[in-house]
Amino acid sequence: MIRTFSFGDFVFLLEAARWTLGLTLIAALGGGLIGLGFALMRISRWRALRAVASLYIQVIQGTPLLILLFLFYFGLDIMGLRLPAIVSAALGLVLYASSFLAEIWRGCLESIPRAQWEAAEALALTSWQRMRHVILPQAVRIAIPPTVGFLVQIVKNTSLTAIIGFVELSRAGQLVNNATFQPFAVFLTVAAIYFAICFPLSEASQRLERKLNVAGR
Amino acid sequence: MRYTFQFSGVWDRLDLLFAGAWATIQLSALSMLIGLGVGVVCARVLTHGPKPLRLVVRAYVETIRNTPLLVQLFLIFFGLPSLGVRLTADAAALITLSVNLGAYSTEIVRAGLDAVHRSQIEAGEALAMTPFQVFRYVVLPPALEKVYPALASQFVLTMLASSIVSAISAEELTSAANLIQSQTFRSFEVYIVVGIAYLLLAFLFRGLFLLLGLAAFPRRRRDFLAGTRA
Repeated sequence: MIRTFSFGDFVFLLEAARWTLGLTLIAALGGGLIGLGFALMRISRWRALRAVASLYIQVIQGTPLLILLFLFYFGLDIMGLRLPAIVSAALGLVLYASSFLAEIWRGCLESIPRAQWEAAEALALTSWQRMRHVILPQAVRIAIPPTVGFLVQIVKNTSLTAIIGFVELSRAGQLVNNATFQPFAVFLTVAAIYFAICFPLSEASQRLERKLNVAGR
Repeated sequence: MRYTFQFSGVWDRLDLLFAGAWATIQLSALSMLIGLGVGVVCARVLTHGPKPLRLVVRAYVETIRNTPLLVQLFLIFFGLPSLGVRLTADAAALITLSVNLGAYSTEIVRAGLDAVHRSQIEAGEALAMTPFQVFRYVVLPPALEKVYPALASQFVLTMLASSIVSAISAEELTSAANLIQSQTFRSFEVYIVVGIAYLLLAFLFRGLFLLLGLAAFPRRRRDFLAGTRA
């Protein structure tokens, strides 16, 4: 029985959008943690660590997120783990986010002037103290605008988990469309919800960047 | 874990994978060309166009950049037919990717246009060039040269993102993988092979863009050669 796209459907889409936000949060936190590790490895003194991190970033960034999701989805399955789709969705997104955040943050760390590192060393700080008290506080400031900007990419890319069957906003849109067969109205609504999430983030990212530039550091 | 990897099913259908990879190359190359064209025109509108047109372009760029490619694809492939525009999956894929990349390259090219110094434009005007000639010969080449690395990496991202059009079964590499997967049930093996194929494609495109950049921009060539000699 085909019914029309109703307010109830809209509420269903909004509820599904919570999963979009939840996945974004998981990907940002998990990806951020792993990404920070790889960013530090990328600027390490040891060539082997740098090479490993660089290889990781190249491989993940060179593989489409959709393929990563498929690999986790089917990979967990053949390991005999029958887990809900959110697990493969989250793992794929965490990996994806970590590789991009690592590169973004490496750039931020490297943009701290050489003299700051040397000054910290001259004060006889250990390398941990130097990172913790001198470099990171400055790098975090620079890192905020591009990181907020990347959050937009994560929000948008959570839509790919619909293809492996996880019910977030896009998959919910497909389900509503199957019941109402009003694709234009349904997907326009879905797009509008994504826009409502992403646009403020994009604007915030730009505003923060301008603010930081004016301050001249 | 008791699982025996069997790649033979995948190797038997290597022709499908090659056809898929070739389709991905064609699809992304075409999207890059159209997307760059759209980007150059829209960026010009943003810097010099009349206000109403500027607002339209801004709205286009912001809408595309703040919504997922997958939803754009669904809107064009499933939504447009209800308005009377019927598209094949391949056409919908090409249109979506071009429209999507167009928005991103608008932003990138505009940054390049902004970076061209005012005095260059005045020099062009002093030589009695028309506004179009100034744009075409004085402003655009250095602007593109400046943002070339950003454009190239956006292009590679688009190539990887083209895997998403498999969601409407447009012909390309991931669709080929889905087909093989459904015939052999060797899902993990198929996607491992295809993942490596995408890595190679990304590598290939990066190499091509490096060469293209050297061919197109003398300054880039000179810096590159100086870099290799040093």
